[in-house]
Amino acid sequence: MKQDNSRRAFLAAGLLTTVAVACNSKKSPFNPEEEVAASGEKVKLLSVDGEIIEVDKAFLKPVPHMPSLSNAEIRKGIEGKKFVMVIDLSRCKNLKKCQSACNHAHHIEDAQNWIKVYPMQDSDLTAPYWQPTTCLHCDEPPCVKVCPVDATFKRQDGIVLIDSDRCIGCRFCMAACPYSTRVFNWGDPELPEEIASQPYNAETSMPQKKGTVSKCDFCADMTRMGMLPHCVSACPNGVFFFGDLNEDSVTNGPETFRFSDLVKDKSGYRLMEDLGTKPSVYYLPPVNRNFKFEEGLPKDEPAAKKS
Amino acid sequence: MEKLKKFSPEKITSDLLPQKFGRRGVIWTIVLILICGIGAFAYIRQLKYGLVVTNMGDYVSWGIYISNFVFFVAISLVGSLITAIFRLADVPWRTPLTRISEMIAVSAITFASLIIIVDMGRPERLLNLFLHGRIQSPIMWDVVVISTYFCISLLLLYITLLPDIRIMINAKDKLGKPFAKFYRWLGGYWKGTEGQEKIRNRSITTLCIVIIPVAFCIHTVTSWLFATTYRPGWDSTNFGAYFVSGAFLVGAGGVVVAMYVFRWAYKLEHYITERHFDKMGKILVMLALLYLYFNVNEYLVPAFKMKKPEEEHLTMLFSGEYAPLFWFAIFIGMIIPILIVIFPKGRKPNAMFIAGVMVVIGAWFKRYLIVTPTLLHPFLPKYDAPAKFNHYFPSWEEWAIAMGSLAGVLLIITILARLFPVISIYKTITDHESELPS
Repeated sequence: MKQDNSRRAFLAAGLLTTVAVACNSKKSPFNPEEEVAASGEKVKLLSVDGEIIEVDKAFLKPVPHMPSLSNAEIRKGIEGKKFVMVIDLSRCKNLKKCQSACNHAHHIEDAQNWIKVYPMQDSDLTAPYWQPTTCLHCDEPPCVKVCPVDATFKRQDGIVLIDSDRCIGCRFCMAACPYSTRVFNWGDPELPEEIASQPYNAETSMPQKKGTVSKCDFCADMTRMGMLPHCVSACPNGVFFFGDLNEDSVTNGPETFRFSDLVKDKSGYRLMEDLGTKPSVYYLPPVNRNFKFEEGLPKDEPAAKKS
Repeated sequence: MEKLKKFSPEKITSDLLPQKFGRRGVIWTIVLILICGIGAFAYIRQLKYGLVVTNMGDYVSWGIYISNFVFFVAISLVGSLITAIFRLADVPWRTPLTRISEMIAVSAITFASLIIIVDMGRPERLLNLFLHGRIQSPIMWDVVVISTYFCISLLLLYITLLPDIRIMINAKDKLGKPFAKFYRWLGGYWKGTEGQEKIRNRSITTLCIVIIPVAFCIHTVTSWLFATTYRPGWDSTNFGAYFVSGAFLVGAGGVVVAMYVFRWAYKLEHYITERHFDKMGKILVMLALLYLYFNVNEYLVPAFKMKKPEEEHLTMLFSGEYAPLFWFAIFIGMIIPILIVIFPKGRKPNAMFIAGVMVVIGAWFKRYLIVTPTLLHPFLPKYDAPAKFNHYFPSWEEWAIAMGSLAGVLLIITILARLFPVISIYKTITDHESELPS
């Protein structure tokens, strides 16, 4: 954060004066201490004064597209937001694109799926349906209530996250969660080196650490950038809607609805409402379905009943 | 006790002073150390590879470590029962049992705290409990009450030991120099003056009063680790009383076993008499009936309604995968001991020993049944997780660590019994003097 600030300040104040010199020397205009071999390839840039200047490409460095956030800022969450998800069960046919996109984006192993698509059947005579589950980011989260060290926390924007640098691995949150959404890193997580060496970020939930709990994070890093969570954009059937309760709108990308109308018109409900956990994820019942339940069945697996 | 009247204080002292281990004592201690060593080796493996060496999974995320923890907390409650409740109720025959029960309490509560650290995924972050502790979490309540109980139990053991330490310092010729040095370090300041005696008595009374609510707390809070969740099988308002009554039962069973073993090993037949077994037997029956009563409440009421999530859990216990273990715990842990001990013949030492062993073993499996089967029944179906998560049977590392911790408790008791008299010499002599016609 500090480094980024100073770089920007430097750009604003001293760019014009140094660029002229820098272009012909081996000193980088942005960091005179640093020796960089000029590549000879010039890039045109717009200065703060609105003039076009030319800088050698070698002097340019990639800057992370998001400023890095402190743990305290991550714990606060995004002001003025209250994230909410709507899952339309009439559209799901168990393609599990949500799951694979999620696993890919968060580098989680197949054994640890944060998203699961359950085959459900409420009673013997009613029709089975597919039910994707994420972390429900409850407003009265039982997991946060029981955490002894404040490692899992609820933010002002409604997202429940985990600080894996603080988690002591007691797994009380896993026992407390009635939705079985939490998973544990029983051994060393298998991660590519460049991910494993990063400092832990609770918004990306990466890198996973041995002996700590993890779960769906509502892609807090994507929402901070104003983008949709990976599961939402990966679903070809538009099952997942994501949005801000304060704006009263949810979208799956192509379609956008007024949240209050959607859950009213389609009789939205939440899982295990009777427990009083107040989830942030709403479900639309599987009526007027786009697909038959059987279409979602893997060829060799019979329908499992709700147990 | 009748025979004891003929004993002189010198005879009592020499009978009760700590004795050197015989051959059997040495073998017993070595075996315990070996079992602890295997447990330590397994724990080193767990530290290295993580909890992946256990057979726990995302469904059964608490296993044998946690049930062992509950067992230790339970058995440690006996210190408060025998020492505090008997003292406050002025039960005259308690003298030969108090020291034994305090030793059990201290060693069990020590290992309760150790085993909970073993269960942690990141034991090196233990300090986070103090740096970032949230007092709203039942785990923090447990940390507070267990450390309090540990301190009170240790103080109670120590303060009641003081006059005996003086006696042992005086008997240094018999006990050896290094021991005498240790005793002097521990309680050399104790002269038994009237002032000291007054403070000591007052402290014991205070501790005895304080330890009872703390003892209720440790096991109630431990039950709340389960009862504060939504899970069928744990979501019960009965849990606190159910746990506390079970704890008193296993504690009393443990004391009966220890009484029998010490009586046999140290030839204490004149001190721990058949009368003591008879009295403890009556208490054991009462506690077993009480625990059975809470069990009926705990299982029969939900079984009458058979709510869907409860149904699967109860069916698994009554007639499913866990039925053999469940009925074993009910019959061996409660019903058969009741049937043995309720008759005067069953309250003889040998029968009592068998009943006590049954109670303790039954209680250990009972704790396992409280923790594991519930976790196998989450609200949403078990689905799309590795197949091995759908069942639970502890790995060899878990067994080794669990058995190592049990051996550790016995080892601490053994060491304490080697260092200190298992029956208070001072109290036995004063009891004896007050009984003599003056």
